[in-house]
Amino acid sequence: MTEEVERQQPKSASAFTLAVEWVGERVLGGIQALVGVVGLAASVTRWMVRPPFRVANLFGQLDFVGVGSVLIVGLTGLFTGMVFATQSWSAFERFGAESLVGPTVAITITRELAPVLTALMITMRAGSATCTELGTMRVTEQVDALETMAVSPVQYLLVPRVLAGLLMGPLLAMLFDTTGVFGAFVVAVLVKGLSVGTFLLRIQDIVDPTDVTEGLVKAGVFGLVVMLIACYRGYYATGGAKGVGQATTQAMVSSAVSVFILDYLLGLLFH
Amino acid sequence: MISVRDLYKSFDGKQVLTGVNLDVEEGTTCVILGGSGSGKTVLMKHIIGLLKPDSGQVFVDGEDVVPLDDLEMERVRRKFGMVFQGAALFDSMTVYENVAFPLREHAKLSEAEMRKRVDEKLAIVGLHDVADRYPADLSGGMRKRVGLARAIVRDPKIVLYDEPTTGLDPITTDYVDEMILTAKAKLGVTSLVISHDVASAFKVADQIAFLAEGRIVAHAPPAEVRRSTHPAVKLFLSTWFGKN
Repeated sequence: MTEEVERQQPKSASAFTLAVEWVGERVLGGIQALVGVVGLAASVTRWMVRPPFRVANLFGQLDFVGVGSVLIVGLTGLFTGMVFATQSWSAFERFGAESLVGPTVAITITRELAPVLTALMITMRAGSATCTELGTMRVTEQVDALETMAVSPVQYLLVPRVLAGLLMGPLLAMLFDTTGVFGAFVVAVLVKGLSVGTFLLRIQDIVDPTDVTEGLVKAGVFGLVVMLIACYRGYYATGGAKGVGQATTQAMVSSAVSVFILDYLLGLLFH
Repeated sequence: MISVRDLYKSFDGKQVLTGVNLDVEEGTTCVILGGSGSGKTVLMKHIIGLLKPDSGQVFVDGEDVVPLDDLEMERVRRKFGMVFQGAALFDSMTVYENVAFPLREHAKLSEAEMRKRVDEKLAIVGLHDVADRYPADLSGGMRKRVGLARAIVRDPKIVLYDEPTTGLDPITTDYVDEMILTAKAKLGVTSLVISHDVASAFKVADQIAFLAEGRIVAHAPPAEVRRSTHPAVKLFLSTWFGKN
C-alpha cells in the first residue's frame, strides 16, 4: 500500500506541475497578446494621423466590413428579435403583461444583443478574412515588400481595417436594433395579435435614448477591438499556411472572449 | 555606397550574425554566397532596415540607418528596390498594378506616363502582354521578372536580390542572370545579390562575399574567391567546381 502511494505521488505531482504550466503558459500568452494589441493600437493611432490619408483604402474596408455584413447582421437581428419576442410572450402572458414584450425586447437588443452579436458577426465574417489575408501577406513577404517600397504596412493595411471596425460597428448595431425590433413586431403584432399602438407606445414609454447610445458605444468599442485583434494575429503570423490557420483560430477565439469580457466591463461603467 | 560594420544579430539566443563587415561600391554587383541558414537574408534585411541589429552599423550613402525610426527609414528605402525570393507580388493586384505601385505611392505621374514607364520596365525584363494578368496566372520565372520590374520601376540607386534563381529551371536561371546584368548595364544600379547558386554568382558578380559562421570570411572578385583557402569556401565551391 505504502509503495503504491509512493509510486502515485510523483505522478500526481507531475500532473499538478503540468496543469500549473498549462495555466501559466496561457496566462502569459494572454498578457503577451494584450500588450501586443495595445502596442499595435498605439502604432495604428500614430499612423492614422499622418499623411497620406488613404481614403480609397478606407472606403474599400468600410464596404467590406460594413456593407458586406449588412445581410448577415440584418438576418441575425431579425431572428434574434423574433425568438426573443416569442420566448418573452410565453413568459409575460402568464401574468397578462404581453404589452411589455416590445420594450423588453427593445431594451435587451439595443443595450446588449445588438452590440455583442454584431461584434461576433464582424469577427466571423470580416475578422477571419482580415486575419487570413494579412497572415498570408506576411508569410509570402508581401508585408516586407510594402516596407521595402517605403510604404508603411501599418498605415496602408491596418489603419483602414481598424477604422472600418470602429465606424461600422455602431452602424451595423443600428441595423441590428432596427431589424431586431421589427422581428419582435412581427411576432407580437402580426402573429400574436397585439395592437400596433400598444406595441409602439410601450416601447416609446419605457425605452430610453441612453439604452440605444449605450449599445452604440459598445458596438464601436467591440468593432475596434475585434478588428485590432484580427490585425494583430494576422500581421504577426508566422509558420506558413499552418501558422496562418492557427493565427485565425486564435483571432476568432480571443475576439469572442474579449467581446464578452468588455461587455461586462462596459456594463459596469454604464450602470 | 553600402557599408556594414561589426554587425551582430541573434534570435532566441541563437547567434546568426557575429560581426559582419562588408563594403559594396557604387555601380557594382556584389553577390553574398553562403549555405542555407547562414544568415544571408538576415543580413540583407538589416541593410534595408527590416531588422534592427543587436549591435553594429549599416551605412547607406554614408548614413547610418540603424538608429533611424520608421519615418526616416522610409526616406532611405526610396533609394532601394528589392526582388524577393518568392517575388512577393501583391496577389490582389494585376501585373500592371504591381509594377505601378511604387510610382503611385511616390511619383506624381499621370496615368499615361505611369503606363509608359511600366511598359518600359516590363520590356526590360522581357515581359509583354502580361500587364492585365494576376500573379497567380504566371510561372515562377515570370513572377520573378515582374518582381524585378517592380523593383526598378522608380530607377533606384540600389537593387537587392534575395535568392533570385532559387527554384528556377536552368534556362530561366540564365534569363534571370541576364536580367541582373541588364539592370546593371542599362540602369547603372548597385546590386547586392543573396544566393547559394555558385554558377549564377560567378556569372553576375563583380565581387563575391562569402558568409559563413555568421561573418564574411572571404570578399574579393570571383577569380580570387575561387582560389580562397578558407575551408568553408573551398567546400562550398567544390560542390560546383569539383564537378566542372
